[in-house]
Amino acid sequence: MSPPTLYRPQRPASALGLPYPETLIRAGLSGFPSPAQDYEGRQLDLNEHLIKRPSATFFMRVTGDSMEAFDMYADDLLIIDRSLDPRPGHIVAALVDGELIVKRYEILDTRHCLTSGNPRYAPIPLDSCDCQVWGVIRAVIHEYPV
Amino acid sequence: MIGLIDCNDFYVSCERVFRPDLEGVPVGVLSNNDGCVIARSAEIKALGVAMGAPAFQLQGMVRSHGLVLLSSNYELYGDMASRVQAVLEELAPTVEPYSIDEMFVRFEGFSSPALDAHCRRLRKRVRQYTGIPVSVGVAPTRTLAKLASRAAKQAPGDAGVCVLAAAGPETRGLLQRTALDGIWGVGRRLVERLHLMGIRTAWDLRNQDPRRIRRRFSVVLERTVLELQGVPAIEMNDVAESRQRIMTSRSFGRLTEDPGELREAIREHAQRGAEKLREQHSLCRAVLVFLKTNPHRQDLPQSSPSLIVELDRPTDDSRDILHAARLGLQRIQRDGHRYMKAGVMLLDLVDAHRQQLSLLDTPQRDADRQRSERLMATLDTLNRTMGRGTVKFGMPSPDAAWHLRCANRTNRWTTRWEELPRVRLR
Repeated sequence: MSPPTLYRPQRPASALGLPYPETLIRAGLSGFPSPAQDYEGRQLDLNEHLIKRPSATFFMRVTGDSMEAFDMYADDLLIIDRSLDPRPGHIVAALVDGELIVKRYEILDTRHCLTSGNPRYAPIPLDSCDCQVWGVIRAVIHEYPV
Repeated sequence: MIGLIDCNDFYVSCERVFRPDLEGVPVGVLSNNDGCVIARSAEIKALGVAMGAPAFQLQGMVRSHGLVLLSSNYELYGDMASRVQAVLEELAPTVEPYSIDEMFVRFEGFSSPALDAHCRRLRKRVRQYTGIPVSVGVAPTRTLAKLASRAAKQAPGDAGVCVLAAAGPETRGLLQRTALDGIWGVGRRLVERLHLMGIRTAWDLRNQDPRRIRRRFSVVLERTVLELQGVPAIEMNDVAESRQRIMTSRSFGRLTEDPGELREAIREHAQRGAEKLREQHSLCRAVLVFLKTNPHRQDLPQSSPSLIVELDRPTDDSRDILHAARLGLQRIQRDGHRYMKAGVMLLDLVDAHRQQLSLLDTPQRDADRQRSERLMATLDTLNRTMGRGTVKFGMPSPDAAWHLRCANRTNRWTTRWEELPRVRLR
């Protein structure tokens, strides 16, 4: 039997942590416990930093023209948190006519709109068309070629 | 009170989260090898496409009605199911998966209006966080909760929540409208026998004397009568098996992190599951393995991992099922976690007899199949006559190479770096 395709629904707890800087841990003199002892063995976890709610967090990849207004470039990795309610100023992944598009959520003249970082695209009023917010973008990861 | 959270058209809903263009479109999900329909959207049901309809018969409707047929994407469904479970676990102390798309939760200490509001909140949150629409049925017993969740699904508008009291006009009306075969655990043959006694609806059955039902039928049906009356009588472990899935699970006597012990437990569950499968003449298409830590020990690392292993072809062969379960376990078990419970679920069952008529699923060579059937029959006889567990499998056997056909599989949007959704800058 060929190995069946394996599916992994559960994201594992972070397996990769960075050691907390050693310099902050000082051994107690004279046998008293060091006040820094609580921090011993603690590690910095990038998942913990960027992902607040694993069940509502999704990753997406950016395509299209670079958009400096949003500090985003093609192939950047987006961390999208659906547990956040969109507020004005949030950058969101939105569904516009069935397509996923990066927009800014704004209120213009009391109307809720999705705006573009590119002046070529006019703001889209949220109540006017077939569009809705899919999720709020919490972070962008841009990797440099190394 | 017990709630049943039922994901609406689960497989199709998972697909739609990432394919919004499929909203409102008749969508069917196909079995492995793209043989036949195993999950349907409301639109495709309305067109009269039945469960198990062979894909080749639907090609005409693909053109004429814009049917979309997708290959099954178990990796996506498994991930979405565990997300739904995680959201529920934030809002309810105990969540017990009953199948991949149904979960029982306990609600204690709510006043009636507060409970209703809580269920709405829960439903809204699952939808927002995961994109999956769910129906929520709440009642004093599992059997009534199951009926309530179906009523919630069928309710007009977007309510999606139905809370039933043990007695009350609403409950009475629902039971009077429910035919016997709509009751959890009441099979076709029982229905015929009950009809002979003049029992036609859930309400009729509810009004029977439980002890008399026990004498004439079984303890199982007695429990159903009690449950319909609002008296909890069914626990998760003695839940009547549905025809669509088989679950075998048990809590360990104590918390364990010993890989050998976990392996042994999973092997037993898989083996028992395969026996049940053969008893009811079904084949399964996928195996779900799960572990659970003790939620009451918040001082220990918590996780309830699960994983679906898709089988190469529908099977009731213990060897394939054991092998899949073991692979699944290897992937989800983590060091440093002490588990309270382990289990195996066999998913997407199909009737073994009908299966043999299907030309579409990858055929197992005839000689192979007969050999395998003889082996399984011998195995079951030995275990039946000489005690369960007399003959067991220690090792999976290597077998012919099979390749899955999955021509129309969508991306594994949430579990593969190369297949992430693309979002356009504009």
